[in-house]
Amino acid sequence: MTFDEVFEKLKTKFPDAILAKEETKPDPAVKIEPSKIKEILAFMRDELKFETLGCISGVDYPKIPALCVVYHPTSYTHKTIVALKAYLPRTEEPSIPTVTDLFKGANWLERETYDMFGIRFTGHPDHRRILCPEDWVGYPLRKDFKSPDYYNGMPVPLYFAEEEKTDTGGHA
Amino acid sequence: MLSQDSLVMTSVDEVLSWGRKNSLWPLTFGLACCAIEMMATGAADYDLERFGCGVFRATPRQSDLMIVAGTVTLKMASRIRTLYDQMPDPKWVISMGSCANKGGPYWHEGYHVLKGVDRVIPVDVYVPGCPPRPETLIEAVMMLQKKIRVTQNTLGIFEPRKHA
Repeated sequence: MTFDEVFEKLKTKFPDAILAKEETKPDPAVKIEPSKIKEILAFMRDELKFETLGCISGVDYPKIPALCVVYHPTSYTHKTIVALKAYLPRTEEPSIPTVTDLFKGANWLERETYDMFGIRFTGHPDHRRILCPEDWVGYPLRKDFKSPDYYNGMPVPLYFAEEEKTDTGGHA
Repeated sequence: MLSQDSLVMTSVDEVLSWGRKNSLWPLTFGLACCAIEMMATGAADYDLERFGCGVFRATPRQSDLMIVAGTVTLKMASRIRTLYDQMPDPKWVISMGSCANKGGPYWHEGYHVLKGVDRVIPVDVYVPGCPPRPETLIEAVMMLQKKIRVTQNTLGIFEPRKHA
């Protein structure tokens, strides 16, 4: 099954939730309605034989502006990977329904997406940061993220901006 | 050859430092790819045990050498400090690789990397390299042994180390 056949089947099944086909190179993507992600993935898993969820990742588009969650349902039967893109408003903590009840592996992927982009997954069983420390402020992969000057009393930058850039032997 | 009832004159300091330098017990502690090289150094080909430094301990309470092998993230830095504080005196630290020395490739853009482990614990020997070859780590251990050899400590009374 090619991408276009999958898209047609999705469009027939969900005329409202499938918004557009993005003709990006090298792989096209399906733009979907974020609130319908669970229904779409359940249909793809059960009817279209997309057995596994390859990846959940996030993208920050400051110019649109939008935060995007990208799902990669993968089919071993058809040897096909389809990208689903759900655009969310670029607010402090936008939210999208979790898919952990469909794919167990989505648990950590969603936690990572939350950790890096601050996208909330409503209904997630264990909604915590996964890589950054629990008391970390901000979401590092957002384009406007500024790394802190100090974390727990430890200086973070190698040199502070106002300092002359000379080697101080590690003690900035 | 010394006969059976002969005497050797030395100082207590000499004997203690000689014993310490030849029985360094490192902490089993690897953070990133440098740890692979550290394991290679401890394994048969390079055999760190030849220098009395191969008994990698699984607890900081039995170790007197910490080899910081790898990238020190901010999340790990406070743990490193805890491990260092748990080691009994006298203790030494080898900072292995560019990341532990100065942040390595994350020196500018790395928001989560501590720019040098010497920001949280005092370091005795810095080993450059990314990662350093096992020979380099052995050289660092031998340099540390030279340093321990000339250290003067009177009978177990140690000056508390000045923490960074």
